Amino acid sequence: MTARIGVVTFPGTLDDQDALRAARLAGAEPVSLWHRDKDLKQVDAVVLAGGFSYGDYLRAGAISRFSPVMETIIEQAKAGMPVLGICNGFQILTEAHLLPGAMLRNNHLHFICRDQKLRVENAETAWTSDYTRGQEIEVPLKNMDGRYVADERTLDELEAEGRVAFRYLDLNPNGSLRDIAGITNAAGNVVGLMPHPEHAVEPLVGTGKTDGLGFFTSILKKLVNA
Amino acid sequence: MARVVVDVMLKPEILDPQGQAVQRALPRLGFEGIADVRQGKRFELEVEGPVDDAALARIHEMAETFLANTVIEDFTVRVESAETAGASS
Repeated sequence: MTARIGVVTFPGTLDDQDALRAARLAGAEPVSLWHRDKDLKQVDAVVLAGGFSYGDYLRAGAISRFSPVMETIIEQAKAGMPVLGICNGFQILTEAHLLPGAMLRNNHLHFICRDQKLRVENAETAWTSDYTRGQEIEVPLKNMDGRYVADERTLDELEAEGRVAFRYLDLNPNGSLRDIAGITNAAGNVVGLMPHPEHAVEPLVGTGKTDGLGFFTSILKKLVNA
Repeated sequence: MARVVVDVMLKPEILDPQGQAVQRALPRLGFEGIADVRQGKRFELEVEGPVDDAALARIHEMAETFLANTVIEDFTVRVESAETAGASS
């Protein structure tokens, strides 16, 4: 049986189709999930895709965090279901307190769109096992509210436990503390990052590389072997 | 109806580039002597019925869970125009 990967669409989500496509290219069965629906349609893992859910009103991700679908996702994520939050999805995961810290307006106040180099710092999460620790990848990045912040104690804790999963290389595009591009929860099933691996899964588009495909092959391998 | 105001501000240790951008523009406009600016949010809640302790507790909970993200923000709640129980308007 093929692993089922669900992708949630909130009002204002933009990258759900790319995430579904990435899941399919990796060999999974992509499943569309609707934000008002509590039912996860028996998916094995969930991707919260990028975009501007609820227009980023109040704070990015703050309103979607209370969508009916999130009730089930929060409950299942705590029970071990793999969840990947990309960009707006990362913002939603911090607002839902599934990941520590918060995302704020970029320090230069500009929307940024570029190909971004990252270093994989943790290749042991559910979404990163197909990478190697220290590997450098390049994927697109596009955001307005990408500045990761947390208090010193939380940052030290993340570093000590190896929970900084990705760091920006060459250039910190938004003022994120300690060049943090992505983090994981303690169990390694919930991962959030600002850049967009789902836009770098085919040589024809994006960076021209397929550096992002590893997220989706990692989760597939985990689910098939589970 | 009574009005309750919730003010939300970034915690002092969090960098506020929007406030900084405003502060840097001030001298250009001829407003001198402003050492720092921080930008926040103000919510004006029109509350049905009396703003008693229970209503205030609910608003406090609302501010804590939704209006503010207490990881990065502080908030205050105050009653701007009160309507006490039994008062006519």
